[in-house]
Amino acid sequence: MTATDVRYTHEIAAGAAWTVRLGRHRSLRLTCLDDGANASVLMFAAADPLERLNVPDTLKAQMSACVRPPMVLMSDMGRALASVTGSSLDWHDAVTGHSTDALVEARFGPSSYAADRNGWRRSARAGLLDELWKHGLGKRDLHATVNLFSKVVPGGDERGSLAFEPGHAATGDWVELRAEQDLLVVLSTAPHPMDPTPVWAPARLRADVAAVPAPGADDASRRFRAESGRALAETERSLA
Amino acid sequence: MTVTDADAMHGVDVLFDTTVEAGDGWTGELPAGSRLRIVDLCGNQAVDTLFFDAHDYTNRYSAVDTVREQGAAYLTTGSVLRSVDLDPLATIVADTCGRHDTLGGACAQESNVVRYGRHTRHQHACRTTFVRQAMAWGRGLEKRDLTHNVNFFMNVPLTRDGGLTFEDGVSAPGKYVELRADRDLLVLVSNCPQLNNPCNGYNPTPVQLTGWRT
Ligand SMILES: [Zn+2]
Repeated sequence: MTATDVRYTHEIAAGAAWTVRLGRHRSLRLTCLDDGANASVLMFAAADPLERLNVPDTLKAQMSACVRPPMVLMSDMGRALASVTGSSLDWHDAVTGHSTDALVEARFGPSSYAADRNGWRRSARAGLLDELWKHGLGKRDLHATVNLFSKVVPGGDERGSLAFEPGHAATGDWVELRAEQDLLVVLSTAPHPMDPTPVWAPARLRADVAAVPAPGADDASRRFRAESGRALAETERSLA
Repeated sequence: MTVTDADAMHGVDVLFDTTVEAGDGWTGELPAGSRLRIVDLCGNQAVDTLFFDAHDYTNRYSAVDTVREQGAAYLTTGSVLRSVDLDPLATIVADTCGRHDTLGGACAQESNVVRYGRHTRHQHACRTTFVRQAMAWGRGLEKRDLTHNVNFFMNVPLTRDGGLTFEDGVSAPGKYVELRADRDLLVLVSNCPQLNNPCNGYNPTPVQLTGWRT
């Protein structure tokens, strides 16, 4: 546990969207308050949101089909945005996108505030777009999300079949990210679009934001792969 | 003219038939119902491609939505390329290669630094080609419109334990992929100039693009 100097805590409602401004060398630790959680996450450089998380660049540079510690989350401009400093889970999906209103309505039927009050089933897309709009961003700024707490396994077959693994995350599971530059992190706690649970069952998360030390020379993310270290070095150089 | 290799040309209205040199790009529109064939002329050549609804560039190709909706990571015959709104943009109707990637993204000068070191910072890269193509096309295209792409003829296998690698291509000289436009499309192509990994067999080569209406 690296997050000792906790600055604040926030409970993110189930099936809701949230934006957190995360300063450099602040950690965001997300802990599942219910079973079966998912957090579809978009990430932008606060200084210039045209620079944003690039999942293909992140995965290919670190030769991974998922996000797991101690990988570095990289921007489209070859800089480290955040490091995954720890997690109780060894797999966070990043290749199957997030739910849309059409998918949610097809699975669970129509929903509205009038009928369901704050249990209104809003997709990850709807929630992410609401949050993006508040920052002058929108549909053109959508990119591949990291789906924290969800696991989608490639079958290793000829077509690269992808299967959602139910029950991957349970209450108490957690992941911690360390911002390597000032970030805008936008997320939705709507269920993963491949989650076969027959009822709408989003999960709550607790967010703890803490001050953490800058990564040293022996930092696990810096030493993970040469590519991880170079992405961190590019960020450090640009902020030198 | 590559169309004649396999198709009777009677009644075929050729929209374009062009060779794209290694490291060059192409931008064009493809009307609904028309076909696009991309021929890997010399083998093992990655063709990075972006698709947009021609009438609404915000409704653009989405790699992750495409992969999820077909329940599989690789693209081949029958794969429907979907937009962020989950609309079918194009369908792969023929494929003599057998597997194409859409999770590996496009190479960039900045990501080359991360992958191969600072000495590669000024080498040509696909995203630079996309920038040039988008700038030349204009019509409001900006950096934020350059999203995750398709890599035709590229082989990026995923493994059960979470591995992802760039492997030697499964393509060969003359292999091709053919798409049907499911709505009016704008297509941006970068014929990949990457020299630092096997995606182009360490020797980028030209490809042929042919569009036609039947
Ligand atoms: Zn390239």
